[in-house]
This record gives sequence, C-alpha cells and structure tokens, in this order.
Amino acid sequence: MTGKPGMTKQESRGLKQRRDAEHSIRPAVDIFENQAGIVLRADMPGVAREHLNMRVDHDTLSIEGEISISMPEGMEPIHADVRATHYRRSFLLSRELDSGRIDASLKDGVLTVRIPKLAEHQPRKIEIRTA
Amino acid sequence: MLGYLSGFDNDIFDQFERMRRQMDRLFGDWSGATGIRAMAAGSFPAINVGASPEQVDVYVFAPGIAPDSLDISLQQNLLSISGERKVELPENVQLYRRERFNGSFHRTITLPEDVDPDRVNASCRDGVLHITVQRREEVRPRRIEVS
Repeated sequence: MTGKPGMTKQESRGLKQRRDAEHSIRPAVDIFENQAGIVLRADMPGVAREHLNMRVDHDTLSIEGEISISMPEGMEPIHADVRATHYRRSFLLSRELDSGRIDASLKDGVLTVRIPKLAEHQPRKIEIRTA
Repeated sequence: MLGYLSGFDNDIFDQFERMRRQMDRLFGDWSGATGIRAMAAGSFPAINVGASPEQVDVYVFAPGIAPDSLDISLQQNLLSISGERKVELPENVQLYRRERFNGSFHRTITLPEDVDPDRVNASCRDGVLHITVQRREEVRPRRIEVS
C-alpha cells in the first residue's frame, strides 16, 4: 500500500482509484463468436507478458496491462498521443461460457483471449437416420 | 507471488515502476503546442516523441504489425511512417465489436531541426516501434572552460 503519510487506508485507496480511472487507456477490441466460443482481441502496445494481468471475478473478465518503455535520461516531451501507461477494460461474461478454461496469448502488443463455451452449450450436429 | 519479496525481483519491479512513473510524468502532463501535421487523437498509430540533448526518441504504438512491413523515411527533419494493418477475421463468425484499426495509414511528424538523418536507429518490441535519431553535435550545449 502506498499513500501519503497521514492518510487513512480508505483515503489512500480512493485516491488511487481516481488516479487509475483518469489515467487508464481503454484498449480497442474486436470480439467475435464461433462455434467453440468467444474470441477477443485487444490492442495493448508496449505491454510485456509479465506486465499483463487478467482475472475473472464472478462473471467479470478484467484485462489490465502496464506499458514498459525504456527512455533516456533528461528527455523532454515534444508530442504525446499516449498520455497514460495503464490499460484497463472489463467485460461481463455470460453463463454458458467456461471461465475456467480461458486461454490468452500476447504477441506484438495484441492480446488474444479465447473463452470456450461449456461443453453442453456447444452446438451438436443431429444425425438423421433414414428409416 | 512470494517471488516479489526476494531482492532480485524487487529490483526489477522497482526499475519498472521508475520507468512507468517517468513516462507518466513526462507524457501525462504534456500540454505543448500541437504540431501543424499532428493528427486528431485516436489516430492510428499513436505516437509519442521525446527529445534529450543528444537524441530524439520516437515511439510508434503499432500493435500487430510486422516491423518489415512498415515504411519509415526521414527527409531533413520530417519523419514519415506508413504501412498497413489488415485485421483478418475468420469466416462464419458472429461479429460483436470491431474497434481495432483496419487498413493503411500514413503519419508525418516534424522533429527538431537539428536531427541527423544519417544516424537513425529503429527497433521493435511488444508492438512499439522505437526510432532514435541523433542530433548534430554543433547545437549541443557545450561547456566552456575558463582558463
């Protein structure tokens, strides 16, 4: 826990939350569904694997990441499109998805998340027997 | 998780925190004049530029792009970056959201006038292209010795 001295834990936490809300980037995503489940792709350039954090809490999938970029000493900004170093976005999952088998990969700053459907919700082909 | 408590990991973590704060401080509060060639916020790819006495550093946030498919050129102090990102979606899927940039792009940025186009370096990591251009010696502040 970091916070200014003389602050209660709550105050310090409230400050941190406000700061995070103001300073996080909402990554652009593509989301589609196929027979196996849902696929989500998110642009998170500058995030290394060890600075990516994904979790499922009840039915909410949260994705967070920190940008790590090396910068020389004594640098002054000339232009800045990216003003924050934190990505954050969350999604509500639905009941037929199997949150225990989520698979994620990160490559060249693009995160791919696969959320499979529970086995009983996968479409099954119904065989029709000829009489 | 306990690994964080060991000295080694802590060191790496501190280093990373320092770096992150440095970027927050540098680019988070930037309120300088907007370049005449600057594009609206949300343009792809996003670009940050920083300058130090020795060099100019350009960070191009280009996720999912193969570095060799980018066309980067520097004419005097005009840096131009173009390329294409094709976001391919499999067939027969139900699409819910399509926010990621898809198509070709071209961005031009004006760098300080004293950059040396012959001394440019570019590297790519985690979807960020980092271009370093050295500045010419003669304009660097020089310490004058009093004898």
